Amino acid sequence: MSTENIQVVSRRGFLGTIFSAGAFVLGAQLLPSEAQAATLAADTAWHPGIWLGLEPDGTLIILAHRSEMGTGIRTVLPMVLADELEADWKRVKIEQAIGDTKYGSQNTDGSCSIRDFIVTIREAGASARLMLERAAAEKWKVPASECKAANHQIVHKSGKKLGYGELATLAALQPVPKKEELRLKSPSEFRYIGKGVPSTDLDDIVVGKGTFGMDARVPGMVYASIERSPVYGGKLKGFDDKAALAVKGVQQTVVIDGFKPPHNFQALGGVAVIADNTWSAMQGRKKLKVDWDLGEHASFDSEAYKKSLFETARQPQKQVRNIGDVDAAFAKATKVHEADYYVPMLAHAPMEPPAAIAEVKNGKATIWTATQNPQAVQETVAAALGIQKEDVICHVTLLGGGFGRKSKPDYVAEAAILAQKLNKPVKVVWSREEDIKFDFYHAVAAMHMKAGTDVKGRPTAWLQRSVFPTIGSTFDASARYGQEFEMGMGWVDLPYDIPNHRAENGPAQNHVRQGWMRAVANIYHAFAIHSFIDELAASAGRDRVEYLLDVIGTPRHLDLEAQGVKYWNNGKPIADYPLDTGRLRHVIEVAAEKSGWAKKKPVKGRALGIAAHRSFLAYVCAVVEVEVDDKGQVKIPRVDIAIDAGQIIDPDRVKAQLEGAAVFGASIAMLGEITAVNGQIQQSNFNNYRVARINEAPYVTHVHLIPSNAIPVGVGEPGVPPIAPAICNAIFAATGKRVRDLPIRKTKLV
Amino acid sequence: MVQLKVNGVAKQFEGDPEMPLLWYLRDLLELTGTKFGCGQGLCGACTVHVNGVPTRSCLTSLQSAAGKTVLTIEGLSANGTHPLQQAWKQFAVPQCGYCQSGQIMQAAALLKEKPKPSDRDIDEAMQGNICRCGTYQRIRQAIKQAAGVKA
Repeated sequence: MSTENIQVVSRRGFLGTIFSAGAFVLGAQLLPSEAQAATLAADTAWHPGIWLGLEPDGTLIILAHRSEMGTGIRTVLPMVLADELEADWKRVKIEQAIGDTKYGSQNTDGSCSIRDFIVTIREAGASARLMLERAAAEKWKVPASECKAANHQIVHKSGKKLGYGELATLAALQPVPKKEELRLKSPSEFRYIGKGVPSTDLDDIVVGKGTFGMDARVPGMVYASIERSPVYGGKLKGFDDKAALAVKGVQQTVVIDGFKPPHNFQALGGVAVIADNTWSAMQGRKKLKVDWDLGEHASFDSEAYKKSLFETARQPQKQVRNIGDVDAAFAKATKVHEADYYVPMLAHAPMEPPAAIAEVKNGKATIWTATQNPQAVQETVAAALGIQKEDVICHVTLLGGGFGRKSKPDYVAEAAILAQKLNKPVKVVWSREEDIKFDFYHAVAAMHMKAGTDVKGRPTAWLQRSVFPTIGSTFDASARYGQEFEMGMGWVDLPYDIPNHRAENGPAQNHVRQGWMRAVANIYHAFAIHSFIDELAASAGRDRVEYLLDVIGTPRHLDLEAQGVKYWNNGKPIADYPLDTGRLRHVIEVAAEKSGWAKKKPVKGRALGIAAHRSFLAYVCAVVEVEVDDKGQVKIPRVDIAIDAGQIIDPDRVKAQLEGAAVFGASIAMLGEITAVNGQIQQSNFNNYRVARINEAPYVTHVHLIPSNAIPVGVGEPGVPPIAPAICNAIFAATGKRVRDLPIRKTKLV
Repeated sequence: MVQLKVNGVAKQFEGDPEMPLLWYLRDLLELTGTKFGCGQGLCGACTVHVNGVPTRSCLTSLQSAAGKTVLTIEGLSANGTHPLQQAWKQFAVPQCGYCQSGQIMQAAALLKEKPKPSDRDIDEAMQGNICRCGTYQRIRQAIKQAAGVKA
């Protein structure tokens, strides 16, 4: 590798500060000229070199390009690379990548980090392994076929060995192998894949040394706390900052202009109080007197809105799937069932409220923040400042939770705008109240369900109609209908074997910012569908597991295209990731068996409930046990979750995600609700926006991983959707009370 | 002027005595292991020990901490050797990790008071500490492990 190439890399500010000058930086050979091509932005592009560097002392530096918000991805993808490179994990150092399109998508959501990058990462590791083997062959003047990588060394068949570090310089001179030359390890050769390693951040976290966005600091920075319009889209009329400026430590106030529709990830606008420390900034903000023109959304009332959503849901709407003749089948049915379901607005409420630092110098911005999507930070900050996105460097800290909130970098735009105006680094800190009141909310949804059943209680006709404000309104202010991805989250892809089936979607206007939250539209779709099927089973007097398996029908691949349905399949080819009812059946059978379903018959106040759902290409069945006491208090002593997510890379982290999903789902089911009156959000903190605490969460969740060689798919989100319906189904079995309106705490159970 | 001890070191503070201990620790002493989660004593992320008592530092003014001894996660042990920190690692408790300083400090206070806590003791002591990732069952396991009681 020529030094010229290294300089090119350094000048572009990409890998230059991470590796020493003597490092084998596979990427350096690829980066100049052709590597800058936009084609590299595609997830599947062949660019093995940007992921690693090998220091002469043998230290292997691996770039983590996805954001760490608790899934373990910052450890697990580098672990995969290390395994394929036959590296010793003890000699691996992980560096967090800045935002850069060369990595492909860095948007850490959609449960797709493993799914979309495992092949790329393995090929990068295999490339470096082959280059090291060839370097040793050259040094020993033997055929490369006689040299084999083994635990951070290249071993010749004669037994002589060279360490990776000793080969770094020579390896860098090898041509980057073609894809066809690579040999990926067989599963029997895996050192870490399928087993897992401790999180790279674990030691730091337990001593309080992990650096989150809230913890970042740069010299000379000031702190900002921002007063925003209490109603979405309100405009600043005027303000009095005299009392704010009198607060000790407050330096000045700065106006941030309101957004222009569509709001996208723009700053909401408001008045920022700048101070020496966070406390002074927050105290100053409380003393501001601000006059707002509250605008068109000031009459938004979530209770009236709920009624209007149901009025829409009870009328015929746009058809998004239609097979057979539903209306004729209703006319012939033995019994017709109807029910309405409701899931309220929800806030993400990650434990770390949004925070960001920005510094703007000479037309370039440097950012330090907790973000799920550093490239969206680049685009958002560039648009806010009128600069090029390449001139925005985004350093990614640890995230104190994300759940989708932190892929929307409005808070970073605020920091950047202030830093540009003040010409010094600014740290924006959101309070919990701001986090709850200015979220991109998970959409409220109203669903109307109707089924006709035969003499055995089996559905012959099924109609489902959903109405919710779309996330599309974030990017197109006129959007009113569910987008293809929202319809494709457990709605048009319902895999029941019912000959007459119609799915519809009605329009709704947004009055707040809508945004994707862990499991997204699956949350309300799963709640309606898996509650309703339980109602049908109850009406038929049949065992839920037997009934579910009957309605799902024989193992088969569902061909939605043949039914004329537009189905996104999480952006993946249906041929490679089929909708396989056999796998759905299997998780139901496993969850039923492991939970002791057949033996634990419901008794008054204690019962099991079940729900099974495919989302993010994974199949999940949850069996939840509930206890309802004579005061109507619900406890969840046990959850069993079976998941088929294809090949499992790190079993313990997958289990942790599913354990967490059970708690997240329990919060949705039992506690969470955001409401609005006069356009203003009524909740403000954890006292009135409740999330599950240790005494309210499931006591224990047993996770059952289905062994599989299928392509690995998502695990971060798919555990969430079945939890709320399974809890409500269990409550019905235990009490006879059917909860169709979340959260459960609003219904008197005894 | 407020005088107090933080992790064994004597400190003096001459600013607004109403400033919560949380922001003094984080912004002025750069001890960022103590986290800001709610500012209202509702989530427990900011838990420290004041004179040995688990305390929400977001609601504790510096004035009220005057003359007292403050222990933060950074001072809980040398090199993460407290039995709870060890157990937290053994059970891989943290997901995002943000709430875990507060969880560990709260649990450390629990074990000082009740070396062999029951499930009910754990529920009572830990219900003020929210974990949005939902690591509660491992928190419970780790506390029991550190206490040497059966899971």
